[in-house]
Amino acid sequence: MISILSSFAGPVAQGIIWGIMAMGVYITFRILDVADLTVDGSMATGGVTLVVLVTGGMHVGLALVIAFLVGCVAGLVTGVFHTKFGIPAILAGILTQLILYSVNLRITTQRSNVPLSVDKYHILISLRHLTNAIIVSAIFAAVIIAVMYWFFGTELGHSLRATGCNPNMARANGINTDNNKIIGLVISNGLVALSGALLAQYQGFADINMGRGAIVIGLAAVIIGEVLLGKVFKNFALKLLAAVIGGIIYYIVISLVLKAGLNANDLKMFSALVVAVFLGIPYWQRKLAEKRSSKEDKANA
Amino acid sequence: MLKVNNIYKTFNKGTVNEKKALNGVNLELNEGDFVTIIGGNGAGKSTLLNSICGVFTVDRGTVVIDGVDVTKLPEHKRAKYLGRVFQDPMMGTAADMWIEENMSLAFRRGKPRGLKWAITNKERASYREMLSHLGLGLENRLSSKVGLLSGGQRQALTLLMAVMQKPKLLLLDEHTAALDPKTAETVLNLSDRFIKDEGLTAMMITHNMNDAIAHGNKLIMMHEGRIIYSAEGEEKKSLTVDDLLKKFADISGNELANDRMLLSN
Repeated sequence: MISILSSFAGPVAQGIIWGIMAMGVYITFRILDVADLTVDGSMATGGVTLVVLVTGGMHVGLALVIAFLVGCVAGLVTGVFHTKFGIPAILAGILTQLILYSVNLRITTQRSNVPLSVDKYHILISLRHLTNAIIVSAIFAAVIIAVMYWFFGTELGHSLRATGCNPNMARANGINTDNNKIIGLVISNGLVALSGALLAQYQGFADINMGRGAIVIGLAAVIIGEVLLGKVFKNFALKLLAAVIGGIIYYIVISLVLKAGLNANDLKMFSALVVAVFLGIPYWQRKLAEKRSSKEDKANA
Repeated sequence: MLKVNNIYKTFNKGTVNEKKALNGVNLELNEGDFVTIIGGNGAGKSTLLNSICGVFTVDRGTVVIDGVDVTKLPEHKRAKYLGRVFQDPMMGTAADMWIEENMSLAFRRGKPRGLKWAITNKERASYREMLSHLGLGLENRLSSKVGLLSGGQRQALTLLMAVMQKPKLLLLDEHTAALDPKTAETVLNLSDRFIKDEGLTAMMITHNMNDAIAHGNKLIMMHEGRIIYSAEGEEKKSLTVDDLLKKFADISGNELANDRMLLSN
């Protein structure tokens, strides 16, 4: 029994780290109603920034702060593309993602993979010490949930929610929706980069491709959390927690299907299909309901 | 209070869909004026209101609200002068947010939004008090999502939100058109009450000519982007629907043959 549980320790730690990323996705996808693809780039940016700074001798705490801020800048670029250049949000994110690919290679001085040995450097988490990794990443997640809960309860936070929910109403009430979208993208990508910086420590390296498909994992975590816990978790803090739990469940499922013999190279296809199906379910439910009500109307006519 | 000077607006200029929506509109309202606006489809009624709100910038002319030239201000910066209620009950509120959250958004219209807690207990009490005056039982549902309310309830709430920070100008864009007749009457009476009690300056688009005659102290009729007729005071009071139909036919050379307008009388 204990061996089964301990075999899940790795996926749990990974799930919490990706859950932090998923909270970033939640801000754009659910609150701002924008699908932001910047995250595939900013995840790796956070990772390579942290590794280069720590191996260069910087304290890991400061390196985490800087990784977060670099992610914020990435979000700012997407926000400016979207609101000041009038580029659709999805395309704006793809453009920044491409920019970040070059930027990330600059950060690593053109290396595609930069190692970060837990033996040589003082870092916070590592897959060699799983219990510690789970506790530390859980503390990060808890602090982030608390800060987000506070922020989205403030006047500014409320105006962000209104921006995503009904931009016309927001503007009619004096809210600068363009600025709010930028603020949301900045916070979101800051969190994603922070998650990338934690992941780099956990796995002991950062890779230029470590963010590829990140948006899909983030969406999967958000959606799994909503499907399983949406009925019980109504409070905003709990909704964020649901995204983290969604991340954990995602990685447990992944570890199980890998054990069952799924080729690791097929993993991305598997994840994308799962997300497609879960995004489709509410749409199909609506269609079905429409069909039923139109049948009823005919019967009543 | 409001000065609209010779404004023009053409949509899709230079394309086959070119539409001259406003063709030199002049309008002046004094404080406390309540003008009703009628006209056929595409007459420019909503375009006039939207150009006052800054949904788009006008091609020519100026809009001055309470002595401030707002012609070039973006929509969110003009909002502090304006209270707005739209035709679509879904437009004026944020469906996924609670009643009290929506009210707190409106309560801060025109004020900077910082990192202070969005709703204080004192505010909450005042929201409850305001809602109780609507007589719809919403005062006990502060933490209900607005998306759960009926169209009439949402429209009444939007109206309350539009006036809770006293606007320089209240703009009502066919705000009862999507409601059933009884609810429409309730919301219209509520609008009248707010305008009278607060001494608001207001503009109301309506397709119902009886309403246009019965409410407000001024009436304007629009056609093809122009104001073709206006009446106020005794002249307005003595108008009948037949008068308006005849006036329209005389001035525009067309019938005001809009089924919706005729049927609703």
